[in-house]
Amino acid sequence: MRIVVCVKLVPDATASRSFEPDHTVDRVSVDGLLSELDEYAVEEALRIRDAASEDGEVVAVTMGPQAAADAVRKSLQMGADSGVHVLDEAIAGSDAPATSLVLAATLRKLGADTGPVDLVVCGMASTDGTMGVVPAMLAERLGLPQLTYANQVTVDDSNGAYRVQVRRDSDLATETVEAAAPVVVSVTDQINEPRYPSFKGIMAAKKKPVQTWSLSDVGVDPAEVGLSAAWTAVVSAEARPPRSAGTVVTDEGDGGTRLAEYLVEKKFV
Amino acid sequence: MTGTREVLVLVDHADGSVRRTTGELLTIAARLGEPSAVFLGPGIDAAREQLRAYGAAKVYVCDSADVTDYLVVPQVEVLEHLVQRTSPAAVLLPSNPEGKEIAARLAVRTGSGLITDAVDVRAATDADADAGPVTTQSVFAGGFSVQARVTSGTPVITVKPNSATPDETAGPGVEEPVEMTVSDDAKAARVTGREARTSSGRPELTEASIVVSGGRGTGGDFGPVEDLADALGAAVGASRAAVDSGWYPHSYQVGQTGKTVSPQLYVACGISGAIQHRAGMQTSKAIVAVNKDAEAPIFELVDFGVVGDLTTVLPQVSEAIKARKG
Ligand SMILES: Cc1cc2nc3c(=O)[nH]c(=O)nc-3n(C[C@H](O)[C@H](O)[C@H](O)COP(=O)(O)OP(=O)(O)OC[C@H]3O[C@@H](n4cnc5c(N)ncnc54)[C@H](O)[C@@H]3O)c2cc1C
Ligand SMILES: Nc1ncnc2c1ncn2[C@@H]1O[C@H](COP(=O)(O)O)[C@@H](O)[C@H]1O
Repeated sequence: MRIVVCVKLVPDATASRSFEPDHTVDRVSVDGLLSELDEYAVEEALRIRDAASEDGEVVAVTMGPQAAADAVRKSLQMGADSGVHVLDEAIAGSDAPATSLVLAATLRKLGADTGPVDLVVCGMASTDGTMGVVPAMLAERLGLPQLTYANQVTVDDSNGAYRVQVRRDSDLATETVEAAAPVVVSVTDQINEPRYPSFKGIMAAKKKPVQTWSLSDVGVDPAEVGLSAAWTAVVSAEARPPRSAGTVVTDEGDGGTRLAEYLVEKKFV
Repeated sequence: MTGTREVLVLVDHADGSVRRTTGELLTIAARLGEPSAVFLGPGIDAAREQLRAYGAAKVYVCDSADVTDYLVVPQVEVLEHLVQRTSPAAVLLPSNPEGKEIAARLAVRTGSGLITDAVDVRAATDADADAGPVTTQSVFAGGFSVQARVTSGTPVITVKPNSATPDETAGPGVEEPVEMTVSDDAKAARVTGREARTSSGRPELTEASIVVSGGRGTGGDFGPVEDLADALGAAVGASRAAVDSGWYPHSYQVGQTGKTVSPQLYVACGISGAIQHRAGMQTSKAIVAVNKDAEAPIFELVDFGVVGDLTTVLPQVSEAIKARKG
């Protein structure tokens, strides 16, 4: 089974994040790391590859600035077989529709160069943008079914063709959904326990192939991506005023009573 | 003026039982134009009155079972059809996973900009009225407030719960059936099983006006948290640490990878206040915490906090409330 896992480098969420003057996310002053939610996607891709009856391959794909290569490297260290980094100045400031456009073109090229892709695995959302829409947009652009927010993925290859089944929690129910490959899957942080790269994995990753492609390599017109081509515009971005300091009391036997008084005073009771 | 243009609202319902968020969306739609509800799937008989009460001027109905038997794409097809037919001023959808995915595919299909997780949507001021509505989003775990607008195609906007107070001015709710057959391509991802979650009898987490949440500090006993929730008529939430420990189901998780809540009052019990937890509750109007560690970061957010052991503090609060209510 040929599996592509889409991975993104994001600013560390525990650092203080902010915006550039053009309202794009500041990706320079904050260290980047592989989005934690994409670690679950890499882990699941590896497990599916290793459970399949035939030999499989996991390709880690990212789109982003120079540093984004670190997201691919971490995926290779975890056990992915090869990587693709789409790197082009014109990409800066791309929104979700543009990101999905580039990723879709990249997947088509991968398919044309080295054979069809059976499964695309994404994280449920990136920890910086947190839109959680790129997987659905990617499926739309590739004309593929989507099986998203999976808490569990099962691949059945008994009839010579892959069928993919997922379990997902919607707002009101737990659902099972299935489709024939190729499909786009996104996985939640409930699905598995991502592995840490082993020393052996870190060494092996150094020899794994990573291709760097430009927009012209994947056949996307630079005018269709980047900040100027975005279909939305930020009008303003303001740091929220810090919440004004509240009252904190130490319980000396009457903490609950004082809290109840507060709730009454504010008319919550 | 956009006054007379339609604004499409995708109705969030289960078998015709319409959720409160739909009322909020119709209220927002009325600020932008004429609110049209789009009701997909079986159950319109149960929903009709509710949609009128929430002010729908029109109700488009497609009662095909295909929209519930297959994931996302059939709903995208119906909305795409309606966007072409009505050239709406905007399409509003609920900001839950499915709503966002329908929005995502619809946006790509119609070449439209998409804004997700809006906490407010306003009509543009006169100067740039043609530029479409202005949305407000809360980003980076509530640290920033961003205003944005769609610059291409039909604005597709997903709106978070509790972003407006439903206006209860009834609308005519003129029904228009949408006769269309869903394409075979839309039927690629089939829903093969659906187990409805058993209701706790408490208010729904994302819609509740008060949420009481428990974390690792409960030590696994959610009793005091549930008692306080019941005394306040509140929903119960949980931190990921509590969910990962198996103490409370995942559907109650609040935070980045759980639900986002924006109630009038959020009570965090035995929760440290990690950035990923804050991402799901920081826009709450009032925040209260009970934590035995005075240094816990949650105290940076609170309007009122008690440094103490939740196993003694919470029962005292519940008792005081019950005594007051008599
Ligand atoms: C990608 C990613 C996504 C995540 N998504 C989420 C998410 O959606 N939601 C979420 O909540 N977390 C999420 N997390 C996890 C988050 O980082 C924290 O680990 C988690 O929120 C901690 O839960 P907690 O506050 O209950 O536990 P802890 O951080 O262990 O805090 C427990 C608190 O309880 C207090 N306490 C202990 N005993 C008592 C007592 N008897 N009385 C009063 N107080 C007591 C302690 O002082 C402490 O402050 C995510 C993490 C990652 C990496
Ligand atoms: N620039 C990118 N490069 C590769 N994958 C991405 C990129 N942006 C988003 N993705 C994938 O899409 C998922 C959801 O992202 P988002 O819609 O931005 O929240 C991520 O978890 C990734 O798997």
